[in-house]
Amino acid sequence: MNDTAAHPPQLVQHAPLVQAAIHAPGALYLLAVMGVILTLGTPGFFTAANLTNVALQVAVLTIVALGMTLIILTEGIDLSLGPVLGLCGVAASLMIVAGYPLAVGIGLAVMIGICFGLLNGSLIAVVGMPPFIVTLGSFGIAQSIATVLTQGDSVVNLPAYFRWFNDGIFLDVPVPIWATFAAFVVTAVLLYRTKFGRYVFAIGGNRQALLLAGTRVRLYHVAVYVYAGILTALASFIMTARMNAAHPTIGVGLEFDAIAAVILGGTSFEKGRGGIAGTVLGALAVGVLRNGLNLLGVGTEWQVAIVGMVIIATVGLDSLRRLNA
Amino acid sequence: MSADANQLAARIGTIPSDRIFLIVSRLVALILLITVLSILSPYFLTVGNFINVIRQAALQFMMAAGLTIVVLTGGIDLAVGAILGLAACLSASLISQGYLMLGAASALLCGLACGLVNGVLVSYGRIPAFIATYGMLWIAHGLGYVFMKGEVIYGLPDGFRFIGAGFLWGIPAPVLIATALLVVLHVLLHMTVLGRAIYAIGGNATAARLSGMPVSRRLVMVYALSGFLSGLAALVVIARVNAADSSLGEDLLLPAIAAVCLGGTSLFGGVGGIAGTAIGSIILALIINGLNLLGVQTFWQNAVMGAIILLSVLADQLGGARLIRQ
Repeated sequence: MNDTAAHPPQLVQHAPLVQAAIHAPGALYLLAVMGVILTLGTPGFFTAANLTNVALQVAVLTIVALGMTLIILTEGIDLSLGPVLGLCGVAASLMIVAGYPLAVGIGLAVMIGICFGLLNGSLIAVVGMPPFIVTLGSFGIAQSIATVLTQGDSVVNLPAYFRWFNDGIFLDVPVPIWATFAAFVVTAVLLYRTKFGRYVFAIGGNRQALLLAGTRVRLYHVAVYVYAGILTALASFIMTARMNAAHPTIGVGLEFDAIAAVILGGTSFEKGRGGIAGTVLGALAVGVLRNGLNLLGVGTEWQVAIVGMVIIATVGLDSLRRLNA
Repeated sequence: MSADANQLAARIGTIPSDRIFLIVSRLVALILLITVLSILSPYFLTVGNFINVIRQAALQFMMAAGLTIVVLTGGIDLAVGAILGLAACLSASLISQGYLMLGAASALLCGLACGLVNGVLVSYGRIPAFIATYGMLWIAHGLGYVFMKGEVIYGLPDGFRFIGAGFLWGIPAPVLIATALLVVLHVLLHMTVLGRAIYAIGGNATAARLSGMPVSRRLVMVYALSGFLSGLAALVVIARVNAADSSLGEDLLLPAIAAVCLGGTSLFGGVGGIAGTAIGSIILALIINGLNLLGVQTFWQNAVMGAIILLSVLADQLGGARLIRQ
C-alpha cells in the first residue's frame, strides 16, 4: 500500500454558493459590471427604448450563436458563418429585387446555408480536416461569391414588406425577438430532447468512442454544421431588413461576436460542456458591451479590440477554472 | 550504370509514399501552371513578368514563414496578417516622419510583442491556439484602426524603399531577403535545439513534455518568432507598396495559410518544413499572376485562396499524407 492510497489527495470543497459563483458563466459577471457602470455612467442606458434596442441588436447575433454553440459543443468552430450570412442576404435580396416572390428568396438563402454546412461538415466529419482551416477556406469562398454577385455594391430598393422582418410587431413583441425565441425553442428541443442532441454532446465528449461503437456519428456531425447554416440563412433576413439593404461584407466579424457569445455563455471548447441558455446570456452580454461602449462614446475601432480582449480573457478564465476543477 | 540506378531506386524507396505524393503533386502543379499560363497569355513568359512573380513569391514567403513554424508545432497563428498590418501602420508613420531606424525597430518590436502575448496565452494560458490568435487578430486590427483613424500614409523615403522595390545585382531586394530568411529558418529548424523542439512538440506535445522538454517556453519562443517575422514582412511590404493604411493586413491571412498548405506542412504539426512553404509561395504567386494576366476580377481572389486551402489539404489527406495523427 503506497502513500497516495493511504492519504487520498484532499479535494478543496468550497461552499455551494462559492462553487456556483466559480461555475457561473462569464456573461453574468460582464452583464453585472456593464449594467452597474452604464446605469451610473449614462442616463440613456436603463430606459425601455434603449433596452429594446439592445434586444433587437442582438437578435441576429443570438440566432447565429445558437448554431455556433452546437458546433463548439462538438469541439469544432465555424469561422464562415459571418460571410455565409452576408452571402445569403445578398443572394435572397437579388432574387427579391428581381421580382421573384419572398419564398424563392428564403428557399435560396436556406439552400446556401445548407450547402456551406454540407461542405464544412463533410470535410470536417468525413475527411477529418481541422475545423478552423475548413471554415477559413469557406470563409474566403462565401465572401468572394457575395462580393462578385453584387460587384461590391449593396442591394437596395427592397420591397416595403421586407422591413417587416425587423420592424414588424406581433402581439406587442417585435418580430426579431419572436424569431430569436423560436430559434431558441427549436434548438433547445433538438439539443435536449432528441437523439441528434445527445450526439452533439457525445461527439464533443469522445468522438473516437462513438466511431468505434459503430454509430452513424459522421451523419450527425455533418448535420450540426448544416443546422448552423440554416439558422444563419434565416438570420440574414433580419439583418437585411435592419439595414434595409444587403451588403456582401455585412456579416464579416459576426462569427467573432458569436464565438464570444458562446464562450461568455459558459460553453467550453473541450469535452462537450455547456448549453444554449448560457449562449443567450452571452449574446446579450456582447450586445450590452457594444451598446454600452457606444453610449460611453467609445469608437467602433476600440470596440473591435475590446471584444477581442474579452474573448481571450473569458477563454483564459475558463481554462484556469478547468485546471482548478 | 545499373548499380547507380539501383542505388537511386533504393534511395527513393526509403522516402515515405506521402512525401513522394507531396513532391510529385507540387511539381505537377508548377509545370501545369507554367505551361497553361504561357499558352494562355503572351505576357507570361517575359522578363518583366518573371520579376513580378518572384517578387510576389518572396513577399508571400515572408508572410507565411512565421506561420509555417507555428503550424509545425501543431498550432496556428490566425493573427499573422493583422500583426503585419498593425506593425506596418506604426512603422510607416514613424518612417514617413523621418525616424527611419526607430520606425524599423517599432515594426519588429510590435510584431514581437504581439507574438509574445500569443505565445503566453497559448502555452501558459492554455487557450486553444486558434481562439487566442483569433482574439489577437481583432485586437491588432482594432489597434490599427485606432492608430490610423482612417488615414493613409503615403510616400516613404527612397532609401527605405530599396528593401521592397530596389534591385541588387539585377535581383529584386525582397527576393534576396526572402532567400536569406529561408536559409536562416532552415538552419534554425534542422540544426538547432529550438528546431528539434518544434518538430518534437508538433509530433507529440505530451511526449515532448514528459521527456523533459520545456514545451511552454519553446512555444512562447515560436509564437514570438512568428510575430517578429510578421513585423519584418511588414517593413518589406510597406517599402514595396510605398503606403500603409489600417486595412493593409485584412486580406493577408488566407494567402499565408494557402502558401503553408500548398507547401505541404501538415496542419496537425510535426511534418513539413520551410522549404515547402517557399515552393508553396511560388505556386501561389504564379496563380495570382495568372489570375491577373487573365483579367479575373480581384473579387474572386478570396474564393481562389479558400479553394486552394481546401483542395490542397484535401488532396494531401486523400493522397496518403500523414495528416491525421490519432
